[in-house]
Amino acid sequence: MRDHMSDRRALPSLPVSVLEAFGGRIVRGLTETGRTAFMMIAALRWILGGRLEIRETVVQIHRIGVDSVYIVLVTGAFTGMVLAYQTARQFLDFGAQAFVGGLVGLSMAREAGPVFTAITAAGWVGAGIAAEIGTMTVTEQIDALRVLATDPVRYLVVPRLAAAALALPMLTMLANVVGGIGGYAVATAAGVSHGTFILSVQRYLEPWDLAAGLVKAFFFGLIIAAVGCSRGLDATGGADGVGRAARSAVVTAILWILVSNFFLDLILFRGARQ
Amino acid sequence: MSSETASTPSPGPGAPTGPSDVVVAVRDLWRSFGTVTALAGVSLAVRRGETHVIMGPSGCGKSVLLKHLVGLLKPDRGEVLVYDCPVHALSDVDLDALRIRIGVVFQSAALFDSLSVAENVAFPLRRHTPLPREAIASRVSELLALVELEGKEHLMPSALSGGMRKRVGIARALAMRPSLILYDEPTGGLDPLTARTVDELILRLRADLGVTSVVVTHDLDSAFQLGDRLAVMDAGRLEISGRPEEILASPNPFVRRFLATRAVAVASS
Repeated sequence: MRDHMSDRRALPSLPVSVLEAFGGRIVRGLTETGRTAFMMIAALRWILGGRLEIRETVVQIHRIGVDSVYIVLVTGAFTGMVLAYQTARQFLDFGAQAFVGGLVGLSMAREAGPVFTAITAAGWVGAGIAAEIGTMTVTEQIDALRVLATDPVRYLVVPRLAAAALALPMLTMLANVVGGIGGYAVATAAGVSHGTFILSVQRYLEPWDLAAGLVKAFFFGLIIAAVGCSRGLDATGGADGVGRAARSAVVTAILWILVSNFFLDLILFRGARQ
Repeated sequence: MSSETASTPSPGPGAPTGPSDVVVAVRDLWRSFGTVTALAGVSLAVRRGETHVIMGPSGCGKSVLLKHLVGLLKPDRGEVLVYDCPVHALSDVDLDALRIRIGVVFQSAALFDSLSVAENVAFPLRRHTPLPREAIASRVSELLALVELEGKEHLMPSALSGGMRKRVGIARALAMRPSLILYDEPTGGLDPLTARTVDELILRLRADLGVTSVVVTHDLDSAFQLGDRLAVMDAGRLEISGRPEEILASPNPFVRRFLATRAVAVASS
């Protein structure tokens, strides 16, 4: 009887182990966020001091921006097409085709353009950054930078932050344009006239909608690069550690993009008409 | 011999004496990672112009010790003085200024994958000197000739063999004309013939440039070939430090056991 009781004491009950796991995850998350915040502060100091690595930043703009154009063209176009397909189908039934263009335009500019582009970039760019810097960490290249009197934050992180913050708005604008074109093609094929679609876009889409979407994209770019760099610098072990860093960078960046998107909407669209 | 004894090693024949001759001084260094104690009160002195080899089995803490010498790790307790500068207490700016005077050759060579051989060697020159492009190119060629890699400027690190990578790592470490070079397992992962080539290169650099060197290795052949003074580490402690003949004559059981691996290797070959 005593043995049986001691066994029960030794094994944690299910709710306790679930709580422990949950608590552990929260602590890890807070630790990772804290490290990312410290890294961002260090990066900000270099940026404010005007100590930018121009050559490395240009290389990163090419990698993050130019190399992502094709994937953004595809995701942007199909996002606009799906939006148009669903809205045209519903609205035509009610004779409300005058709203299709505006809804596609607004949705692309405010949400679908910046968010889908950012999520795509989190997978494409964020994982790449984490894997590249993670490999440098586990193969002592980051240590080599330090002993060559070069701060990895200045040499690696700041150029990626700058490049992603610049590239994401441009990629988002591209997604908006091709999304609009795709949406127009599908909507007109579904029965919305050319003039009705264009007029609807002109009536409901305002410059601020586009600008706010680009502001969001700027912050999403910072999030993707910051999380990717931070996970890469924290990588440990070998190939497995690099893989973990890349996975964590993608998942964390997407979470932060979706959470920050809500709060950015609250700030940016507080006084908007619609 | 305890680590305390190792902290006051007797100078070798012809070795200079006096506090100013000590380039690296480690005093009672402690460092743990979680529950694992990597360094347990290590003390060491490296004199100007000598090659000091730190030997020991894998995981004994010798690479951790080397990382403390260049400020890549901070100790839990103890002091690290390099050129009389307290490495463990320097600001980032002062630490970078000190690091420019130290060359480090990493176990994995740690060449930057995205840069060519020439760009790797030129990296510190581009960042820390006002030299024009032509002067940097000329210095890179000179350094690559020193490590017998002329004409390999445009190769990427992925196209190099292990021995070539090490030699490019050595060339990069020499770029700023350091007076102290730290080698982490310079012959690790190399075949015996290539390992001896790297040893010969290190000996030649010492003869030609007169640099002070600290070499971390578990390769006994390499250690006895390179070292003016040797130290043996085990489980974070310095078991012994002295001239090669003192190490060979040591009655310390761990040292005897460690040295026996060399005898076995020689006998079996």
